[in-house]
Amino acid sequence: MRSSVGDGNRVFAARGLTKVYATGSVLVEALRGVDLDLFAGELVLLLGPSGSGKSTLLNILGGLDRPTAGEVRFRDHDLTQLDDAALTAFRRDHIGFVFQFYNLIPSLTAEENVALVSEIAPRPMPPTEALALVGLAERRHHFPSQLSGGEQQRVAVARAIAKRPEILLCDEPTGALDSRTGIVVLAAIEAANRELGTTTVVITHNAAIAAMGDRVVRFHDGRVADVATNPSRRPAAELIW
Amino acid sequence: MTALHRKLLRTLWQIRGQTLAIGLVLGCGIAIYIMAVGTLNSLVAARDTYYDQSRFGEVFAHLKRAPEALLPRLTAISGVKATESRIVGDVLLDLPGVAEPARGKVVSVPASGAPLLNAVTIREGRNLRPDHPDEVVVSEAFAQAHRFQPGDHLAADINGHLRPLIIVGIGLSPEYVYAIDPGSLLPDNRRFGVLWMGRKALAGAYDLDGAFNDLCLTLAPGADIATVMDEVDRLLAPYAGVGAYGRRDQLSHALLSGEIDQLKVLSRMVPPAFLGIAAFLLYVAATRLIEIEREQIGLLKACGYGDGAIAGHYLALVAAMVAVGTILGLGGGYWLGEAITAIYRQFYRFPFLVFRPEAATVAVALGCAVVTGLIAAIVAVRRTAGLPPAVAMQPAPPAAYRALPACIINRLTEPGRIVLRNLWRWPLRSALTLLGFALAVADVIASLFAYDSIERMIDLDFFHAQRQGLIITFSDLRPWHVVDEVARLPGAKAVEPFRSVAVRLAAGPRIVRTNVTGLAPEGTLRRLVDPKMKPMAMPDQGLMVSTRLADALAVTVGDQIIVQALEGRRMTRPVTVAGIAEEYMGKTAYMSLPRLNRLLGDGEVVNGAYLLDDPQRLPELYARLKKAPIIAGVALKAAALQSFRQTIAQSMGIMLTFYIGFGAVIAFGVAYNSARIGLSERSRDLASLRVLGFSRIEVSYVFLGELTLLMLAAIPLGWLMGYGWAWAIASGFKNDLFTIPLVVAPATYGWAAVILIAAVTLCGLIIRRKIDRLDLVAVLKTRE
Ligand SMILES: Nc1ncnc2c1ncn2[C@@H]1O[C@H](COP(=O)(O)OP(=O)(O)OP(=O)(O)O)[C@@H](O)[C@H]1O
Ligand SMILES: [Mg+2]
Repeated sequence: MRSSVGDGNRVFAARGLTKVYATGSVLVEALRGVDLDLFAGELVLLLGPSGSGKSTLLNILGGLDRPTAGEVRFRDHDLTQLDDAALTAFRRDHIGFVFQFYNLIPSLTAEENVALVSEIAPRPMPPTEALALVGLAERRHHFPSQLSGGEQQRVAVARAIAKRPEILLCDEPTGALDSRTGIVVLAAIEAANRELGTTTVVITHNAAIAAMGDRVVRFHDGRVADVATNPSRRPAAELIW
Repeated sequence: MTALHRKLLRTLWQIRGQTLAIGLVLGCGIAIYIMAVGTLNSLVAARDTYYDQSRFGEVFAHLKRAPEALLPRLTAISGVKATESRIVGDVLLDLPGVAEPARGKVVSVPASGAPLLNAVTIREGRNLRPDHPDEVVVSEAFAQAHRFQPGDHLAADINGHLRPLIIVGIGLSPEYVYAIDPGSLLPDNRRFGVLWMGRKALAGAYDLDGAFNDLCLTLAPGADIATVMDEVDRLLAPYAGVGAYGRRDQLSHALLSGEIDQLKVLSRMVPPAFLGIAAFLLYVAATRLIEIEREQIGLLKACGYGDGAIAGHYLALVAAMVAVGTILGLGGGYWLGEAITAIYRQFYRFPFLVFRPEAATVAVALGCAVVTGLIAAIVAVRRTAGLPPAVAMQPAPPAAYRALPACIINRLTEPGRIVLRNLWRWPLRSALTLLGFALAVADVIASLFAYDSIERMIDLDFFHAQRQGLIITFSDLRPWHVVDEVARLPGAKAVEPFRSVAVRLAAGPRIVRTNVTGLAPEGTLRRLVDPKMKPMAMPDQGLMVSTRLADALAVTVGDQIIVQALEGRRMTRPVTVAGIAEEYMGKTAYMSLPRLNRLLGDGEVVNGAYLLDDPQRLPELYARLKKAPIIAGVALKAAALQSFRQTIAQSMGIMLTFYIGFGAVIAFGVAYNSARIGLSERSRDLASLRVLGFSRIEVSYVFLGELTLLMLAAIPLGWLMGYGWAWAIASGFKNDLFTIPLVVAPATYGWAAVILIAAVTLCGLIIRRKIDRLDLVAVLKTRE
């Protein structure tokens, strides 16, 4: 573990989180009682089979959704108690999100998609700088439909990094990338984590990436199956897959 | 400029087609509302101001001859404010270049300056000078129809003497705002004019020195008009007064008020409906447009944009539609209003008639658009913004799927199945599109049916009831045998006498002032017909009343009516209603002529004749009629019919054209919007179909098939709604002067369908091009 872990450093504390989706008569239990703490400045990798509830957890941590039961604390606040406006403010002021499906606005260019978020952030970096970090500076005037899937994913990462958030939540940020580009993107996330002390959670299917984190949380069937601490983080640049 | 602003601009540009389409529908709704209600406002304002400024009389009475000395006693009646005595007469005009005889009304102007009441406004030239008995001021419409200028000459047969006259001025009077020959219901400015002449000149012509034969008066505030009229009748009775009547029975006023009532009905029945339809379409389009952006709204929320910022963003999108609609509506409304008012200026002669809608009218129209836009934006944004962002960011799940019956599904090809499934899957959306189409069809029927009704009125009145060519009016009561002389006129193929008497009919508390016309018992030229247009036999006894009159008196066959003649010996007699004759205009009663004469005790007399002419010898007939001294007037059916059609074409034509045009705009707007939005929602599906190997035609079929099915289903529904709407208009139209029969011809249903089909086809062609150009790769690559 990178730094001393104490209650004072705890950013998120999830207790007994459950999430049930009711579709017609079918109940899908996406989370079945998750207990998890996240600490300031750490980089956590979240692994698990498809459908195991990773995105659901990340959405709840990021204030995009509410749990069916359980409690999530962000520092001194109970997220489940916040009203809609307060949750919106929480996302705007603290959270950077990379969505699994990118969710770019098709009518905005790469740069404008980044600006959309950085404009309302308290201490952002210029959109071009963020795009440069993911290697897309020259493509900044292109619309999503003019970019490849991977390039769109990199814009989504740039958008999250550009606001210099306290918390960075990345849902499969390299899913569509080859290893070389993937490493560029991971390096950008790692830099944000190291240089700004951003608490970072990265979801991945790729076990090779796990080596870059402080801790690795394995998910199975809506529960935390295992939490492992990496004795040392391997820099993103040295990862191979 | 922030990224959100850029997104707004780009989205606006993307949806410019829909913005225009909805803006157009909204603009039409606003424009028609402003036009119709504004025209009404303007007409009422012009009338009220003019009546006030020109001191339009409130009670009128005609008599044979009373000494001027009677006037102070009339003025002294309690409740009377001012009186004016006059000489008024009917004249035949000999006009250069007009073969048929024209009629005129001569009205005296006091020697000492302007009349107290019914002031004549000089529009051109100058006023009459005393001691110039040949000077005349003519009414403006008549002067314009003949291109008369001050200085021109004309000749009038006044009381049997042909007098050359010189026109010194062209004028207007509140009595003749709607200048019309009492014998017809529509103006014919070529064949009827008003001539104002000096009192002295007319006194000489009618042998009325120191006497008068016409009276009008105004009332003091709070006076009871009925009491005043009774008192006037009592005082004028010895002088063969024909009964005082109020403005309600003054022809020009009655017709003007009738028109205003009609406009009221029209502006209550149609434009608010249009405004409502436009608002409804705005709502549907705006909410759908916003709901398409569900994932983007989710993203904005996820990124920390508040509900206010998001609502503001989408409000701006809707505002653009409202703005387009408002600009088109205001501009179009004023333009249409001016155009209609210009037409009204031809019919209604006011010194000033300008299109000036009330601020409240404009506010209602615009407010309706703005409020609807606001509600639509808020409802739609709230529907999405209320979802957790994690949910909103995912594509909306299709509505709960309902399986179609297998027996239907199995019979269809795959594209056909897709069409039906989609309609089935979005029942509300399909229903709204269907409703929009049906409204377009209904609108066309509600507008077009007016022509069917008018054709029925013409058919009944001009072809089944009136079969004569001319109606000849004698200058006085004449013995029956005069008819034989008329029959000897050149070109007279058949002649039947009639007698028309001014009467007051009373049934219980209801009183109607009208005429009873005595018709030849076995007559064939002038007949009464039943609703099926079958001729009705004229009964020996009893009174035949027209439908309007039966309504006004609330009587049916067998009821008793008290008939009080307002001329001659002024007999009062009870008679029984023997039958009800179908008539859409006027409130006349009919009787067998011998019976009428016996009832009134005046002997075998007539005051006019119906004549069937030989068209070949018409010029000859006209020439003789112009010279016959006993003939006070000639009304030509062909001319009346022509003027009727012309008036209708002018006064209703423009309005109806716009109403029908609006139907086409609605159809197009609904089709285009639902197709365009459908296209953005489903471009991925459609592109996928293409990629999977469906041809362009098949893909278009899938997409446009939905529209076509909805369109076809909307036609019968629209027919039904249109009939209901027409029924509401026809019922609302019953006024003092006429009713309109509810007739919807098959061709009207046909046109309504054709207009819908044409509008939807046009839209289909536009959308088809867009589908053909679908960029498969771009569509499949992005997730909207
Ligand atoms: N809106 C929803 N309605 C119903 N079920 C849902 C919904 N969202 C997620 N689920 C279900 O919840 C479970 C967890 O989904 P989640 O997206 O968290 O999985 P995941 O671990 O992120 O999977 P992947 O690696 O494939 O992205 C899955 O079974 C999924 O089908
Ligand atoms: Mg996931």
